[in-house]
Amino acid sequence: MIRAEWFYWLVGAVFLAMAAQMLTDRSNPKRFGTAAFWGVIGAGFVYSTWVADKRAPAEPLGAAVLVAVCLAGFGLTGRGQVRTTSPEERAASAARLGNRLFVPALTIPVVAMACAVGVKKISFGGTPVLQSGSETILGLGIGAIVALVVAMVMLRERRPSVPLHAGRGMLEAMGWALLLPQLLATLGEIFQQAGVGTAVAKVTEHVLPHGQTYTAVVVYCVGMALFTVIMGNGFAAFPVMTAAVGWPVLIEQAHGKPAVVLAAGMLAGFCGTLCTPMAANFNIVPATLLELKDQYGPIKAQLPTAVGLLACNIVIISVFAF
Amino acid sequence: MLALLGVLVVVAGFATKRNPLLVVGVAGIATGLLGGLSPRAVLAAFGTGFADSRSVTVFAITLPVIGLLERYGLQEQGRALVARFARLTTGRFLALYLILRQLTAAVGLVSLGGPAQTVRPMVAPMAEGAAERRYGTLPDRARERVRSFAASADNVGLFFGEDCFLAVGSILLITGFVNTTYHTHLEPLDLAVWAMPTAACAFLLHGARLLRLDRTLERELGGGAGALAGSARTEEAAA
Repeated sequence: MIRAEWFYWLVGAVFLAMAAQMLTDRSNPKRFGTAAFWGVIGAGFVYSTWVADKRAPAEPLGAAVLVAVCLAGFGLTGRGQVRTTSPEERAASAARLGNRLFVPALTIPVVAMACAVGVKKISFGGTPVLQSGSETILGLGIGAIVALVVAMVMLRERRPSVPLHAGRGMLEAMGWALLLPQLLATLGEIFQQAGVGTAVAKVTEHVLPHGQTYTAVVVYCVGMALFTVIMGNGFAAFPVMTAAVGWPVLIEQAHGKPAVVLAAGMLAGFCGTLCTPMAANFNIVPATLLELKDQYGPIKAQLPTAVGLLACNIVIISVFAF
Repeated sequence: MLALLGVLVVVAGFATKRNPLLVVGVAGIATGLLGGLSPRAVLAAFGTGFADSRSVTVFAITLPVIGLLERYGLQEQGRALVARFARLTTGRFLALYLILRQLTAAVGLVSLGGPAQTVRPMVAPMAEGAAERRYGTLPDRARERVRSFAASADNVGLFFGEDCFLAVGSILLITGFVNTTYHTHLEPLDLAVWAMPTAACAFLLHGARLLRLDRTLERELGGGAGALAGSARTEEAAA
């Protein structure tokens, strides 16, 4: 059986290998901090295996995460010069290879889908090939490996360090933004443990009359959107609003279908992402890239759509969940 | 109730434009301690939180192959392919980009687009070009609006497309959170299916607004007068 943890080790190993490349990259003025940041995350990915099945203490990992947060948070990480081809070389190569370039890129989703739908059902002697419950993640990993092999054969590229360098360039460009979703998920869990969900639930209990399912749907969706506006990300809002309203009221009390409630609830949060400057990577970065005078230009273009879609999500839950 | 102060930390942190990673870290520590967790428990929460949410970051495994393909001109080829659709109005072009972005995101190709990869080098210039063919040089206000809508098409397409894909972060977060917290078993596929009605609404609603952009431009820069004013301005600039 192929286990999900093996795949996490592979991701950790890739981060560690990239960290080693960063350490020797003299074009990066902050190479030590950058290498330390990704090294800590890579090692954390591997160590997490034993934290997840509770055979190792979680505290050292927590400390390591906070070290990574400080490294990136205090500006100790940076970027090296990207080693890539010239625009002319790329244009010539694109003209030569044409649409074949899309083949490896499309291999990833095709393999991932195949694993999630087909390979999932295959088993040898009662043991499934892919660890059950993790087929989609494993599909992504297997898809990426297959795609890399296909690409290297197609492009006649023999040095594994080339794709590793190319990927490292993007990793450095994304920097802390890559860790933020994971940290926001962590914050969501801490909010949960510290009782933020219960606190919000208490507040909503006062506001929300008992047994009014449709009012609760509105509260859940609008709450998801507002919380996302504050937190800049639906990931942090989701555990709070789901613990406060989504699960106890809509699913347990009103017997709503979990898949409908939670999928549309998350998308109600995405409506919030469309209107918040906190989601800097989606709303502020494009304004800068497009040299807009009005930093809020994209948000203004998105606001009416966000409000309309929030209403759509409320209707979808109300109609299909009960 | 004290735990809600953590929310305020986030708001204050972002309002003063601190590094988001730092803000979230501090908010986590503050919320944990105020919520009655011991410092050890807070550390452990960060550890288990990281370990349990690794699935959000695993897409990084695709970076080497995408980076390799980019070295060989993936973006250039994409640009060449999209350029064949240049004979469209601004609104229709952006609506087409919206549906392409939604469909590619729905099969997991979320990194095919993005503000840096597609919007700045291709989508915004082509959208502007379509408007300029009709109305001549665009006044600043119209140019800003066209660019803002180009960015919005990318975001709306991404957000309401990606959730139809199984292995995307938000779907994995939902199943991860619900399955561990409530000891149930939710399938990513069910969630992806139920993301589709909203995806359809998003296309209809935002697509309609993009098509209306054509009419707004027509009204503001309208007919021959706008084109004349535009070309006059170009001549002025040339002089």
